Amino acid sequence: MTDTNTDKPEIEVRDVTLAYGESVIQSNLSFNINRGDIFVIMGGSGCGKSTLLKHMLGLIPLSSGDILYSGTSFIRASEQQQGAMRQRWGITYQSGGLFSAMTLAENITLPLELYTRYTAAEIADIVAYKLALVGLAGYQSYYPSEISGGMQKRAALARAIALDPEILFFDEPSAGLDPISSRLLDELIVQIKESMGATVVMVTHELPSIFAIANNSVYLDNISRTMIAYGNPKDLREHSDQAVVRQFLTRSAAAVIEDKP
Amino acid sequence: MTTQPPTYQLLNQQQEGATLVFSGDWIQGQHPPGFVAAQADLGGVHPTRLIADGASLSKWDSVLMAFLLQCHDYCKVENIPFNVRNMPNGIEQLLAVASAVDAHQPAAESTPSWLSSLDPRHLLREVADHFRESLAFSGEVTIALARLARGKANTRFRDFRDFCFQAGPHAFGIISLTSVLVGMILGYLGAVQLKQFGAEVYVANLVVIGMLREMGVLMTAVVMAGRTGAAYAAQLGTMQTNEEIDAITTMGISPVEFLVLPRMLALIVIMPLLTIYADLLGIVGGGIVAGGMGITPVQYIIQGQTALSFTHVAVGLLKALVFATLIAIAGCRAGINSGRSSAAVGQAATNAVVTAIVYLIVADAAINILFQQLHL
Repeated sequence: MTDTNTDKPEIEVRDVTLAYGESVIQSNLSFNINRGDIFVIMGGSGCGKSTLLKHMLGLIPLSSGDILYSGTSFIRASEQQQGAMRQRWGITYQSGGLFSAMTLAENITLPLELYTRYTAAEIADIVAYKLALVGLAGYQSYYPSEISGGMQKRAALARAIALDPEILFFDEPSAGLDPISSRLLDELIVQIKESMGATVVMVTHELPSIFAIANNSVYLDNISRTMIAYGNPKDLREHSDQAVVRQFLTRSAAAVIEDKP
Repeated sequence: MTTQPPTYQLLNQQQEGATLVFSGDWIQGQHPPGFVAAQADLGGVHPTRLIADGASLSKWDSVLMAFLLQCHDYCKVENIPFNVRNMPNGIEQLLAVASAVDAHQPAAESTPSWLSSLDPRHLLREVADHFRESLAFSGEVTIALARLARGKANTRFRDFRDFCFQAGPHAFGIISLTSVLVGMILGYLGAVQLKQFGAEVYVANLVVIGMLREMGVLMTAVVMAGRTGAAYAAQLGTMQTNEEIDAITTMGISPVEFLVLPRMLALIVIMPLLTIYADLLGIVGGGIVAGGMGITPVQYIIQGQTALSFTHVAVGLLKALVFATLIAIAGCRAGINSGRSSAAVGQAATNAVVTAIVYLIVADAAINILFQQLHL
């Protein structure tokens, strides 16, 4: 795990505008994510959190602005360069994204077969290790539909860390989990992140998760349609100059969270 | 920096137990030794404890972690203590996380060999299961139809109308193409044979009777099985995956009334209309071939009229009704009974088409034999 531009932030988001066709969802987004951060993208429902993540992953093309990884623009990179950058990422999706036609072992084997030079025997051992890391040792031959929702989330995490990624992206990792499973998943994310030295970018509006693990965050507002707060969520809860952000983080009833389609 | 080959050395001290000293680059592409070899070494030593030493390790990735985890599991089975020392940062923590939860022991399932799937008893059981399932489903559909007749069913007219539109007008293109071509095929087939007797003009009789009684409706049904039947299976299978069918059931709505009836009724209404359309185009196709054989359009029409009878049309339309019901039942049954994964939805669609086509051929043969006996 060697890095070239260690002085550069891991991810730089520069003046990004999110839009679906004509309708602008968020504009003027600029923030940095440093190496080793656990960075949370927060905001009310429908403010464009997941959309921002999908832009950062290159799943939706940007309408304007730039996103840089270790100082290199992802937007202007060639398809080949983008592929190389993507190999440094591990991603879990909101609804798991596990391949339902494959067993858990096959799900994790796929990226290893495609992108590494491990032998088949080594891959089998590594798959067992990755599953053990997320507490699913022995579940190799199960299909995603045969295990519970919480286990699916953890299996998705195992697939995300298959290639020992430098950046981990999570889209609502604890959505649909009970508080205990959700806390255990948070702890797991922190442990894995610390021992692998990865950077974590997470979309969530689970306050316990945000305070437990995040050390930096950005708040997207869906009224002014831009980011209105940036910093450690614990500081923002106490000292943010934006009432909406304080209310969001203290779960006040007055918080203006407007649903948008 | 040059890479050093990854290796380990097993040192055995009586008091301290055994030490595995790792050295070199334990990374991908270097192909470090597997745990099987180490296990054999350890088995010869019978250590009282095991220590993994990483002092001379230079680079590492998951392949080392996988090795260490296997060491840990081995020691657990042998009931001896296992420790790591002088390991790079993170390894100890990762190992702690990985070994926190005991391995799940999957229930031993005897996987049947592929040969057993050829066992006639097995095949018979499958056919019997399928038959029972289809019968149960047909029964549910019948009950739902009875409720509909009494005006009690939760079937929405709007759904019915939408499905009519999807099954009907959207299928015009492909039905036009297939029926013209089938008409032409019939025309050629007849013309070549009849020419030997100088009776080319009777090609009109052959095409008209062939299209009306048999080919028009059968080709339409095959197209609809592939197009609409598979779509029904995929729609309902996806709804099953999304738990939509569960939601409908818990709202107190019968999925058969709400989902199956509108689809089936739409197909029953649309199929006869498409069949008439296919018949007409098929006869036109036959006419094109006849024209090429020197039969004028007027001759073709007049000769065709002598073959035209109400019975032929009625037989075709009756088949259309039967086929529509069978396609809808095959498609909806496969969809409703689908598993809850993307692969299962694909299987459901395949299943729908295969079953529908088998049903079609069997029903067609049965109807033909019946009418033969009735001299119709």
